[in-house]
Amino acid sequence: MDLSFNTDERAFQDEVRGFIAKNLTEEMKRATALTPSVFSDPDIGMAWQRTLHKQGWGAPGWPVDHGGPDWTPAQRWIFETESARAGVPNVNVMGVKMVGPVIIGFGSPEQQNFYLPRILSGEDYWCQGYSEPGSGSDLSSLKTRAVRDGDDYIVNGTKIWTTHAHHANRMFALVRTSDGPRQQDGISFMLIDMTTPGITTRPILTIGGDHEVNQVFFDDVRVPVANRVGEEGKGWTYGKYLLEFERGSGIASAKLREGLKAIAELAESDLTGRAIDSPDIATRISEVEVDIDALEMTELRVLSALQTGQNPGAVSSILKLRNSEIRQAVTRLGVDVIGHDALAVEPMRPLYKLNHEPATPEDMLTMVPEYLNGRAYTIFGGTSEIQRDIIAKMMLGI
Amino acid sequence: MDLNLSDEQRLLRESAERFVAGSYDADHRRKMAKDPLGFSPAVWKQFAELGWLALPIPEEFDGLGGGAVEIGILMEAFGRGLVSEPYIATVVLGAGLIEKCGSTAQKQARLPKIADGSLKLALAHSERAARFDLAKVATTAHKTAQGWRLAGSKITVLDGHAADEIIVSAHIHDHQGPSGRIGLFLVPVKTPSVAISDYERLGGGRACNIELSGVELPEDAMLGDGHDAVSTIEWAVDRAMAALGAEAVGIMQTLLDTTLEYTKIRKQFGRPLSANQVVRHRLADMAMQVDESRSMALRAALKADSAPVERARAASGAKAKIGKCARFVGEQSIQLHGGMGVTEELEVGSYFKRLVAFDTLFGGSAHHYSRHAQLGRTT
Repeated sequence: MDLSFNTDERAFQDEVRGFIAKNLTEEMKRATALTPSVFSDPDIGMAWQRTLHKQGWGAPGWPVDHGGPDWTPAQRWIFETESARAGVPNVNVMGVKMVGPVIIGFGSPEQQNFYLPRILSGEDYWCQGYSEPGSGSDLSSLKTRAVRDGDDYIVNGTKIWTTHAHHANRMFALVRTSDGPRQQDGISFMLIDMTTPGITTRPILTIGGDHEVNQVFFDDVRVPVANRVGEEGKGWTYGKYLLEFERGSGIASAKLREGLKAIAELAESDLTGRAIDSPDIATRISEVEVDIDALEMTELRVLSALQTGQNPGAVSSILKLRNSEIRQAVTRLGVDVIGHDALAVEPMRPLYKLNHEPATPEDMLTMVPEYLNGRAYTIFGGTSEIQRDIIAKMMLGI
Repeated sequence: MDLNLSDEQRLLRESAERFVAGSYDADHRRKMAKDPLGFSPAVWKQFAELGWLALPIPEEFDGLGGGAVEIGILMEAFGRGLVSEPYIATVVLGAGLIEKCGSTAQKQARLPKIADGSLKLALAHSERAARFDLAKVATTAHKTAQGWRLAGSKITVLDGHAADEIIVSAHIHDHQGPSGRIGLFLVPVKTPSVAISDYERLGGGRACNIELSGVELPEDAMLGDGHDAVSTIEWAVDRAMAALGAEAVGIMQTLLDTTLEYTKIRKQFGRPLSANQVVRHRLADMAMQVDESRSMALRAALKADSAPVERARAASGAKAKIGKCARFVGEQSIQLHGGMGVTEELEVGSYFKRLVAFDTLFGGSAHHYSRHAQLGRTT
């Protein structure tokens, strides 16, 4: 057993560091640091996606014949860790990490040839049409309906919590194509052009003051049958496959560590009257740091298993659950560390383009909105309650 | 970067699990709890034959040259059976300290004997007034014409009653007075003026308090060359905490397995307890905490020979986190067993008590989170 990287891996680490140092602009870094929502705005995120794509690193998890870089699990770990350390923007996760793998796994050659290059290049921006007002945790009860009409489906219904629907030109959606005894069986997976007539988007403001999610309405929207992925009625299988990617991309600890580091630095600064001098704050920082250490070790254990071709199993639910809980602990600590400054509300967005002097130092601006928006971490991608159901069923057999 | 077990490590794990499953059962544990020694010399002999006592000892002293990871593999298996043999006292703390600061003659005289099972050691370091502060030692060692004279009181000496020699820490007073240095001294238990009073330890095994009232020792009783031993003691205790953490993982895994089985069998309201979501989620949390603990114990073992601050933070982080998880898993195991969990008729309570002892040994979660914080950030 060995925690350290070998010579090749260290060389790769240097390569990644060098690449990021050369290409990540101060502007991108600052914008990322001042983003209190889950995802970076597309103007920042897609600029980075284009930079990565030029290097051939646009989709780390994809197979090489679809434009992936053919990295080992350890290389992916290094890439994600170095990216988090440097504070790079989020790229279009819904494209690269969610719909991409589904199209690769289940899409037709035509779909693969059309959509995958456009995800890599950043030409397309994707959003995810899963949840509905009446279908949250019980996702397979979804009611948005697609009725076959010649070479099209006609889609009616509504999707909610749609991240960046107001930026996206494409949506992948789960829609009902039939009613059967098992509600999972009548669901199909569709790729929808967001400019199709009949689609309207309503913004939803989150409690942190950010416009990140939306409700999307479908009113007799025509979607070509050619845009269905895989077989009709098999969408649930594809959708679950995707959720495993969403939960278990598996490398979250580095980002958590950076978040905690920023808070610890604030706690050590005169801006907070040295919050760290309170033994309670100091101990809580350690407590969260140790939780991150444990998560990181679990990630590395999974990685080691993957390297030798073993299946890590239901651990993606453990990773999702711990990542989301620790992230909330980090943001909670952030609010407590900044003290008085937690009271000041900055309503303008984006925070990196304010045209006035904010009431608090810039480093503190994201703390409260991140904490508030961050309550969503244990809700999206399957709530913590659903994850515990999965752990009980898959790991414990109950 | 590779956290998979090597073939040798896998064999070690399999043989340890097989041995524990075959030799340790409820009857054996009950017998040992009443035994004045608290463990079985026959089992200790088997440990020697299996090479487990030689495991971390360097090859030049008849050992196998294993490391903290191998000790962790063994300890996790020990935890599953609540093994009460004095492995931590003799092999991890005792042999560790001899190897780290003993002279060649001291090593030569002891390490091969530890490996073959003919010598048992213990560390007498804790004192009542020091609580968990490893640097605070009131026991004194005065330089005399013949050697040293030790005086003081030690508490919670793990397995001291069974040891042939006890390693005692003491504040060195040379001819100029207090030196400010802590030394380690080898004290044969039969030495006059050494009074050992032993007692049953929570969760199995035994411990003792030791009164040293003017114990006369020869010159060569000092372990090493008289440099301050505090950093070495910290090294040894960090290593012991990593090993104990792995043992706690084994204990927790057994509690989880047992509790899971029970909730499947026990029926109330016409259905198994495990049919209730509140119970399933509790078990999911327990499983998750066992897994996190396993990660932390492994991490502490992998960093047992890192630079002091990194090593100490890994050890304290593991001790604090595993201690917290151990309390949760132990308490919930009892809760889910209902009234039966509170009785001596099931073994759940014995496993729980060993976890409470684990959390307390060398300082509880609160102490180690605070030590972790004081050691400062490394990144």
